[in-house]
Amino acid sequence: MIRTYFDEMYDAGGQVRPHYREFARWLAETPDELLAQRRREADLLFHRAGITFTLYGDEQGTERLIPFDTIPRSIPASEWRVVERGCIQRVKALNMFLADLYHEQRIIKAGIIPAEQVLANEQYQLAMQGLDLHRDIYSHISGVDLVRDGDGTYYVLEDNLRTPSGVSYMLEDRKMMMRLFPELFAAQRIAPIDHYPNLLLDTLKSSSPIDNPSVVVLTPGRFNSAFFEHAFLAREMGVELVEGADLFVRDDKVFMRTTDGPKAVDVIYRRLDDAFLDPLAFNPESMLGVPGLLSSYRSGNVVLANAIGTGVADDKSVYPFVTDMIRFYLDEEPILKNVPTWQCRNPSELSHVLANLPELVVKETQGSGGYGMLVGPAATAAEIEAFRARIIAKPHAYIAQPTLSLSTCPTFVENGIAPRHIDLRPFVLSGRETRVVPGGLTRVALREGSLVVNSSQGGGTKDTWVVED
Amino acid sequence: MLSRTASDLYWMSRYLERAENLARMLDISYSLSLMPQDGRGDGLHELAMPLLITGTLDDYLERHGELHAERLLHFFALDAANPASIYSCLGAARASAHAVRGRITADMWENINATWLEIRGIAEQGLSRYGMSRFCEWIKERSHLFRGASYGTIMRNDAFRFIRLGTFIERADNTLRLLDARYEMAGDQAEAVSDGTAHAYYQWSALLRALSSFEAYTEIYRDAPGARHVAELLLLRADVPRSLRACTEEIDQILAQLPGANGRPAQRLAAEMDARLRYTGIHEILEEGLHAWLTEFIPLVRQLGNAIHSSYLEAA
Repeated sequence: MIRTYFDEMYDAGGQVRPHYREFARWLAETPDELLAQRRREADLLFHRAGITFTLYGDEQGTERLIPFDTIPRSIPASEWRVVERGCIQRVKALNMFLADLYHEQRIIKAGIIPAEQVLANEQYQLAMQGLDLHRDIYSHISGVDLVRDGDGTYYVLEDNLRTPSGVSYMLEDRKMMMRLFPELFAAQRIAPIDHYPNLLLDTLKSSSPIDNPSVVVLTPGRFNSAFFEHAFLAREMGVELVEGADLFVRDDKVFMRTTDGPKAVDVIYRRLDDAFLDPLAFNPESMLGVPGLLSSYRSGNVVLANAIGTGVADDKSVYPFVTDMIRFYLDEEPILKNVPTWQCRNPSELSHVLANLPELVVKETQGSGGYGMLVGPAATAAEIEAFRARIIAKPHAYIAQPTLSLSTCPTFVENGIAPRHIDLRPFVLSGRETRVVPGGLTRVALREGSLVVNSSQGGGTKDTWVVED
Repeated sequence: MLSRTASDLYWMSRYLERAENLARMLDISYSLSLMPQDGRGDGLHELAMPLLITGTLDDYLERHGELHAERLLHFFALDAANPASIYSCLGAARASAHAVRGRITADMWENINATWLEIRGIAEQGLSRYGMSRFCEWIKERSHLFRGASYGTIMRNDAFRFIRLGTFIERADNTLRLLDARYEMAGDQAEAVSDGTAHAYYQWSALLRALSSFEAYTEIYRDAPGARHVAELLLLRADVPRSLRACTEEIDQILAQLPGANGRPAQRLAAEMDARLRYTGIHEILEEGLHAWLTEFIPLVRQLGNAIHSSYLEAA
C-alpha cells in the first residue's frame, strides 16, 4: 500500500513551503561541517546540563539524553491560530465535562455518554463527587497531542489531563536553537515561548482562592523519568520542589518541613499520579505521597493541580466522545478533529477491528508512553496474532484507529537529511483564562518509517516555531 | 528552606570538599613515596597513609590482601566499589546536587555534572594512563571551579549558608586528621626543637603544600617548617583559609545567620569551639601533647556535625 505523507517543509511538488523559505536558504548556505559541529555542541551542552530522562525497566536507572534534532518544525502563524483556538476549545469542554461528571452528570442524563463508560472507569474517583473546585477547573495543565494526516489536516490523537510532561524540552530546545543558531532568529519573527513558567505560576496561583498562595511542585523523586522537568519548573517559577516526605498534614492543613520549622502550603503542582498521592486514601504501599492529603484537599485547604480524577476524561475509551462534549457544553462545532475510533467493547466494532488488524493501530485504553500498542502495518503476522488473542480476551481494554500517515519533517539522520514522522503537543494552561504558548513540543520518530514518537521508544524532539507570515 | 533541600546542599558541598581533601592527601603521599625512604621501606607504607587517615585500610586489605602500589591508588581514587573513594565522593556530591538542582544555579549544576561525567571517563582509562599528579591537580581544579561558580552566581541566602557550612565542617575535620597523621609520620624528630632533619622537613613541607599553606608559612615564619609553627599555623591562625580556626570562625558566623530557634545547640557548640581556639596559645597545645589535643578535638567536630543535623537537616 502506498501512503502519501504531508511534509512540513516541502509541498507535493517538492517546493519549499513559504514559511520554511528563510530556513531553507540558511540551510543551503551553511557548510555541512559547521552544522555537524553545532550538532555535536548541542549534544555536549545537553549532557552537561543533565537534560535527561530515566528509562523505566532499565535496572541501572541510566539517564539518557533525548535526541535533539536541529531542524525546527515550523508552523505558519495563521495556521497556528486555528490550532490554538481548537486546543483551548477542547480543554474548556474537557474541564466542563469533569465538573459535570463529578456533580449533576447532565451529559449522562442527556444520553450522550453511556454511564458505564465513565462511572465504571478505574480513573473515575468517587472521592471527587460533589466536591467544588475553585473556578471549576480540574485540568490546570493539559497537553493535547496532535498529528497531521496525508492532506495536512490536524487530528487530536489524545488528550493528556493527568501530569502531561515534555514542556521542559520545549523550552530547552528553544534555548539551544537560539544559542547555536542566533542568526535564524534574527532573520524572521518566531513567536517567543520563554514566558511559559511565568504563565504556569500565574495559573497555579489563580487556582487558589487565597491571595498570593504558597505554591510547591511535588515530585516522586530524583529517580522519576521526568525529574529533570520537575526541578526545572520549580526553579524557573522560584518555588520549592518537594517530595512526599517533605510534606505533612496537621489539622487538615498541609505543611512543609523547613529549616525554620513548618511552613503552610496552599497549592501543590503534583507530578505524581492519583494512586500515589495519599497512602491513607489510595495505594497504602506508596511511600511517595502524603498521609492525610486527600482529607485536606476535600476540606478545601489545599489545591491540587491537576485535580484528582482527571484521568477519566483523557481515557482512550472516553476520547471518542470529546467532540460531542464540545457540542454539548459549548454549543460550538469542534475546531480540531478526532481520529475515527473503533471501540472494541462494542461487538460490531470489535469484529471490524479483528477483520482489519493489519491496517489499524490498536491501543490499550489505559496505556501511555507508546507501551502496549500495535501498529498494524509495521507489525509481523505473529505480532498481529498475539495481539488478536489479547484483544479477544479483554475487548473493553482496547480501541482501534486507522493508521494515520503522520506528517514528516526533514531531520538529520546518519546519512544526511531525511523525512521523519512527527507529532505536536501544545500545552494548555487553564486558570483565570485559558492560554497556550505558541507551538509546543514536537516529537520525532527517528527510525525510518516509524510512527512512534515517544522518547521511551527512541523518539527525539525538535524546536517548534510559530512563524509570522 | 526545606530541611531535605538543606541537607542535600550541605552534603553536596561536604562530599566535594572531601573529594578535594582526599586528592590533597593522595598528592602528598604519592610525592613522598617517590622520595628515598632512608630504610623506611619501599614507599608503600607512605602510599597506605591516606587509607589509614580515612580509616579505609582494613577495607582495602580485606579486598586486596597485600599492599600494592597500583591497587592502593586505584582503590583510594577511582574504585566505585569503595564508598570512600574520590570517585564515590564525586558521585555522592553529584547525586545530592541532582536532587536540588532547582536550588543551585545552572553554572553550579553544570560544573558538578561535568566533573562527574569526566571522572567516569578517567575511571575508564585508568589512573596510570591519566597520570597521578595530573589527576590530583584536576580534582583540586574542579573543586576550585565549583567554589568559584558558587561564589560568583548563587544568591546569599540560606542555600548559600548550608553549602558553606558543609565545606567548613568537612575541612576542619580534614585539617585535624592530616596534621595528626603527619605528626606521627615525622616520628621522633617531631618534638625536636629545630626539626632539622631532612625527613621531618619533607614531611612538614609536603603537608603545608598539600594544604596550600606553604607560602603562608614562609611569609609568617621565614623559617624551615617545624612542628610548633606548623601546628600553630594550621590550628590557630584565622588568616589561613584551611586552618582549623578559620573553619570554626566561618561555621560560627554562618550558624548565627541561620533562622529559627531550633539551632541553639549547634550555635552554642560552634561558638564554644571558636572561643577555645581564639584564646589558646600553641604552647598550651604542645604542653598537653599535640596528638592528645587533636584526639580530643576531632570528636568535637563530629559532635558539631551531629548538632547541625538534628537542628536543621532533620527538623520539623
